[in-house]
Amino acid sequence: MTNKTVTRRGVLKSGAVAGAGVALPTIFTASSAAAYTNEPTGSSVVLGFNVPQTGPYAEEGNDELLAQQLAVEHLNGEGDGGCLNTFSSKALQGNGILGKKVEFVTGDTQTKSDAARASAKSMIEKDGAIMINGGSSSGVAVAVQGLCQEAGVIFMAGLTHANDTTGKDKKANGFRHFFNAYMSGAALAPVLAAEMGKERRAYHLTADYNWGWTQEESIVASTEALGWETVNTVKTPLASTDFSSYIAPVLNSGADVLVLNHYGGNMVNSLTNAIQFGLLDKVANGKDFKIVVPLYSELMAAGAGENIKGVLGSMNWNWQLQDEGTKAFVKSFGEKYGKPPSNSAQTCYAQTLLYADACERAGTFNPCGVVEALEDFEFDGLGNGPTWYRGADHQCFKDVLVVRGNENPTNAYDTLEIVEITPRAQVEYDPEHPMFAGGDLGQCNPGA
Amino acid sequence: MLGLNKKDTSLLIIVALLTLLAPFILNPFPEGSAMAQFNAGYPDLMQRFVIFGIFAIGFNILFGLTGYLSFGHAAFLGVGSYSAVWMFKLLSYNVIPAIALSVVVAGVFSLLIGFVSLRRSGIYFSILTLAFAQMSFALAYSVLSNPKFNLTNGETGLQVYADDPQILQGANAPDLPHLFGLPMRATYTMDVGAWSFDFNAGYYLCAVIMMVVFYLAIRIFRSPFGMMLRAVKSNQQRMNYTGLNSKPYTLAAFVISGMYAGLAGGLMAAMDPLAGAERMQWTASGEVVLMTILGGTGTLIGPVLGAGFIKYFENIFSKINDNVLHSWFAFLPDGLEDAVVFLIHPFIGKGWHLTLGILFMLVVIYLPGGLVEGGQRLLNRLKRKKTDADDAPSGKTEPAE
Repeated sequence: MTNKTVTRRGVLKSGAVAGAGVALPTIFTASSAAAYTNEPTGSSVVLGFNVPQTGPYAEEGNDELLAQQLAVEHLNGEGDGGCLNTFSSKALQGNGILGKKVEFVTGDTQTKSDAARASAKSMIEKDGAIMINGGSSSGVAVAVQGLCQEAGVIFMAGLTHANDTTGKDKKANGFRHFFNAYMSGAALAPVLAAEMGKERRAYHLTADYNWGWTQEESIVASTEALGWETVNTVKTPLASTDFSSYIAPVLNSGADVLVLNHYGGNMVNSLTNAIQFGLLDKVANGKDFKIVVPLYSELMAAGAGENIKGVLGSMNWNWQLQDEGTKAFVKSFGEKYGKPPSNSAQTCYAQTLLYADACERAGTFNPCGVVEALEDFEFDGLGNGPTWYRGADHQCFKDVLVVRGNENPTNAYDTLEIVEITPRAQVEYDPEHPMFAGGDLGQCNPGA
Repeated sequence: MLGLNKKDTSLLIIVALLTLLAPFILNPFPEGSAMAQFNAGYPDLMQRFVIFGIFAIGFNILFGLTGYLSFGHAAFLGVGSYSAVWMFKLLSYNVIPAIALSVVVAGVFSLLIGFVSLRRSGIYFSILTLAFAQMSFALAYSVLSNPKFNLTNGETGLQVYADDPQILQGANAPDLPHLFGLPMRATYTMDVGAWSFDFNAGYYLCAVIMMVVFYLAIRIFRSPFGMMLRAVKSNQQRMNYTGLNSKPYTLAAFVISGMYAGLAGGLMAAMDPLAGAERMQWTASGEVVLMTILGGTGTLIGPVLGAGFIKYFENIFSKINDNVLHSWFAFLPDGLEDAVVFLIHPFIGKGWHLTLGILFMLVVIYLPGGLVEGGQRLLNRLKRKKTDADDAPSGKTEPAE
């Protein structure tokens, strides 16, 4: 059927073809003339908004998208200008960025690292996006941040709470405005001590993945520093929907506080199970049983409904804050979309403005210029009061909120009440703190 | 040529031309025009087309030939990716050892899973493979990523850090996946008038590998071994009664398709050095089943077409948003424009799953043989028209065969 003999001529022929094949790719190495990846040459500049539009965090993602569109409007001088009027830096004129009109493309991360990277890559390679913003999960944030570092564009993280994003996975081209698990612990601990006393026994249920572990580690460390005792820490699979079998042992463990290191649908389900078991009506060790949810969001609060009443947690930002930046943002968001923004929406809005402002101040879109302008940048007027973008790890430092599920909500959006605004100084930490050590920012990469 | 008959040779040549000229074929619309939204000729998507093409070709060797429906092939893809990234971490960023190891590891892994799963057939086999894949996913997602023994880095995904050993990494070697110094990311952009075409080194590496494995698949399809696999599909019991042991054949097919999946996984990591656990989830396994059925089960080129079709929808349709729609329909009066956008809205952006689902249903109902059958019907119709035209003047009736 086939002729399998090897001839001298055949070998020579195939050798020549293989040689040509190996030599061929060298024509690709010719570098283009641009100074950096996706240098905008026309009259407009493209930003990429990469948010989960399907999957478990789709609601958060769509809220982020609304805020990002609002930010683009404000940058282009449409609408009421929002936070441009309250922002302490006055570089932005409402005429786009560096005189170029802002356009945007959107993508769906599906809350999967792979899909998020594919979508970010298509924005960079196809649409010429010069900055990627958004996301609602730490896994995605770390994955996309790594990609942006390699491709030579700026990544302005959306909602990502794990310590690793600006810890062991930090990158020079990536910036995080959102707070992190360590800050949650540092902000929550004093409030917990004041509300529940210093002699408590805590039981942790933790979502079994990276974010859950860093949060558990942070909360255990800060509560043990208060004098609390950690009875047990139990990992729950991320895909669980019924937590009854995890809640039952809590009752007999001798614990009097349950800490739920869960997020999104997980948290809604585990909290509901805990309430069904009547944990909050129990008395253990002579004290009222309490539940703590270290990371809250408006959307989770809405999902958990009645069950959330009286439960303590922390947040990056809340629309009920009374500073000028918050009021301006909530006003324009509310007028446009008829509801208050969530804290993930706020972080994406602020990140987009911060990026635009950094370009203006640097006078270029070159990522290295932007990095320099953002590092150790002090600003105010975007919500949360005076804020500092630390140069050492690209993490923002600002006040952190401790919130409680509202006992008597007056409307559908009034589910959380602010218990305390923890001042920035209390949540600051050393960049080489053990929970964050091991990373390396590296050099800014302009690509090309 | 190369031991193929004429028809297969021309098929191979067509595939080769399509893959090599993909940068032109996939970018038919000028840059900046309204239709540029539908251009798919950017490096990442082109790489995905061929990588998932390889994955689907391999899956088709098992499903198309033996009829064994595996719902766990994503596990091999994931294992391939993880082994490739570990090669980057331990040896160097050169893609050759990474791709080689990913094929080997996936082969061994599929031997283990295949050995157990192939004890059953039909739905039980599918469930067993699904169970194994979900187990691997859970292992990768949390069990094997605890701080004490971190093999997969969990949700974040395995990636290369600056403090990894990389013992073979030369001082001047690029700090990203490369083939003997040629970075996979390197792209040469050719501007022709309003058009621009991207030639990406990584894409061409994948394309060459795809042509090789496509050739291999043709040889398997046409070999006595392939005939045995078809026999398994048509009636395994009768085959057993004649005294043939079909198990080694099915196991070999399973391992071969597992190695194809591992190769695809390795290439994915080589194009983008990160391996995430979601790659192993059941949705990813389901996706390759869809690709194969959509393109045409048991055909040679079908799976490649199906892979391209699904990836195109995932990457192009999901990025059309309301703003884009408004710009398309801006010529309509305001009220009408809003109405049209409102009508189309559910099918684009986050609704791409819906569009894909409808198309999938249409294909399965009207073209059970997949896109390949659609192509054949179209071709037949054209041929018939042509022959009708030729026959008309003669006016003679001839026997059909």
